[in-house]
Amino acid sequence: MLLEVRDLKVAYGAIEAVRGVSFSVDRQEIVTLIGANGAGKTSILRALSGLADIRGGSIEYAGQELRGARPHEIVRMGISHVPEGRLAFLNLSVHENLLLGAYIRKDKKGIEEDLDKVYGLFPRLRERARQISGTLSGGEQQMLVVGRALMSNCRLLLLDEPSMGLSPILVQEVFGTIVSVCRMGTPVLLVEQNAGMALSIADRGYVLETGRVLLEGESSALAGMEEIRAAYLGE
Amino acid sequence: MEHFIQLLIFGVQLGVIYALIAMGYTMVYGIIRLINFAHGDLVMIGAFTAYFVARIPGFGFIPVMVAAMIVPAVISVVIERLAYRPLRNRPRLSVLITAIGVSIFLENLPRMIPVIGPNYRPFPQLIAFREFRLYGSAVVNTIQITNIAASLILLTLLIGIVRFTKTGRAMRAVSFNKEAAALMGIDVNRVIALTFFVGAALAGAGGVLYSLTYPMIDVLMGVWLGTKAFVAAVLGGIGSIPGAVLGGLLMGIVEVFATAFNSELGYGAGFIILILVLLFRPEGLMGRPTIEKV
Ligand SMILES: Nc1ncnc2c1ncn2[C@@H]1O[C@H](COP(=O)(O)OP(=O)(O)O)[C@@H](O)[C@H]1O
Ligand SMILES: [Mg+2]
Repeated sequence: MLLEVRDLKVAYGAIEAVRGVSFSVDRQEIVTLIGANGAGKTSILRALSGLADIRGGSIEYAGQELRGARPHEIVRMGISHVPEGRLAFLNLSVHENLLLGAYIRKDKKGIEEDLDKVYGLFPRLRERARQISGTLSGGEQQMLVVGRALMSNCRLLLLDEPSMGLSPILVQEVFGTIVSVCRMGTPVLLVEQNAGMALSIADRGYVLETGRVLLEGESSALAGMEEIRAAYLGE
Repeated sequence: MEHFIQLLIFGVQLGVIYALIAMGYTMVYGIIRLINFAHGDLVMIGAFTAYFVARIPGFGFIPVMVAAMIVPAVISVVIERLAYRPLRNRPRLSVLITAIGVSIFLENLPRMIPVIGPNYRPFPQLIAFREFRLYGSAVVNTIQITNIAASLILLTLLIGIVRFTKTGRAMRAVSFNKEAAALMGIDVNRVIALTFFVGAALAGAGGVLYSLTYPMIDVLMGVWLGTKAFVAAVLGGIGSIPGAVLGGLLMGIVEVFATAFNSELGYGAGFIILILVLLFRPEGLMGRPTIEKV
């Protein structure tokens, strides 16, 4: 396993947001965490990135313990995290945002190639390369933060609700990108409220409820379950 | 006309120094939203460093300048580490009050050190004085040329670094959002420390240049200078680097012209401009209206 999380607990003061969650992500896999608002999905990703207060459990990544590492060190270990609420640097140009995605890299040539790849994937970003990213639409900003994450040449990609606030067409586009990222060899841990979309592209999934794992399994199996269809797929 | 040119030279000479000092206020504010009240005192530390280093045989203007930039820069990094960083996630008022405390400390500690003490000291003449006729009776001297040239070089260097280098990008990213910056692999603490370092180095340089023109220094010299540079930073739009340059120049020029008109007016002129500008543009001349973050 590339990532093995055991009995993770996260709290904000007295509020226990994550109460003992275990899951794993293997190489070549898209794994999704789904669950209603407040289930603890974002807290789990923040814990993986060293941004949340971990109260218990362990996070083993590529044979190393991540607990206690600082956020920038975790990025250097190969984990790239697209946070909730598309945090593009709105005071920087599109191009500069993408370069920041490659902040930890030294291979100039590889960076150039990946820039081309990202611009190829999202032609709209190429058109707006010199523009301050604060002038982009919400959908374009979402492409930008996904593209920025791809610039990091990471070994594991964490995505927090990449479909939020996007039109259905853009959602398709972003999810298509996620699939191709994984095909190129980067595993993805995808957090979504849009459970139907998430399960349609993921290999495996975990259903969270109030900080615990309620169900886990192959995506196709989860998508077929009565209680999931009723609670998360709106059927 | 001659008179105008002469005053303009005085104004620019003073303005570039305000700009150098304003830069530290604006950069620290930009990166951690702190008004660093101790910043003015770094100007004084720079001037005193120069005062002592200039006694070393063979140390001319440039080595003195380098020393006067490094010493306050290192002190500033230590202050950030010990006094500000532990409070970073606390209410902003706590850090502000700490900054005032640090300032009082920096103004009073040197008074007790026998070689410094509370009295005025004559600043060494680091630049050989010569005057050149410019236009009619208007003249420019070597000190003014040094002031303006050194300031412009330092300011250009700084702007270049912030705009065009990877480190500058990291600074701008941290100033926008620290968590998002950390997720790029940026060591946020290091970038903040670097910002304090650079800001204080410019303040130290400002201290030396100011003392070349007004060669009497004392431990409280940073208070008034710092206040005026702070006003310049707010005038230009605090957080904005070009704003600090514009604000500094404007402050210097207005002050000189107002003083020439009426010597009492000189002191208040900058503040009057500040009030007028803030009435119509609360974010300052080049400041951006704050982008609300979620
Ligand atoms: N910064 C915070 N301070 C206090 N409580 C928080 C904070 N962030 C999240 N929580 C709480 O933790 C729980 C899990 O939230 P979150 O991880 O954001 O869930 P999700 O991403 O699944 O919507 C919620 O009850 C939420 O109110
Ligand atoms: Mg969330």
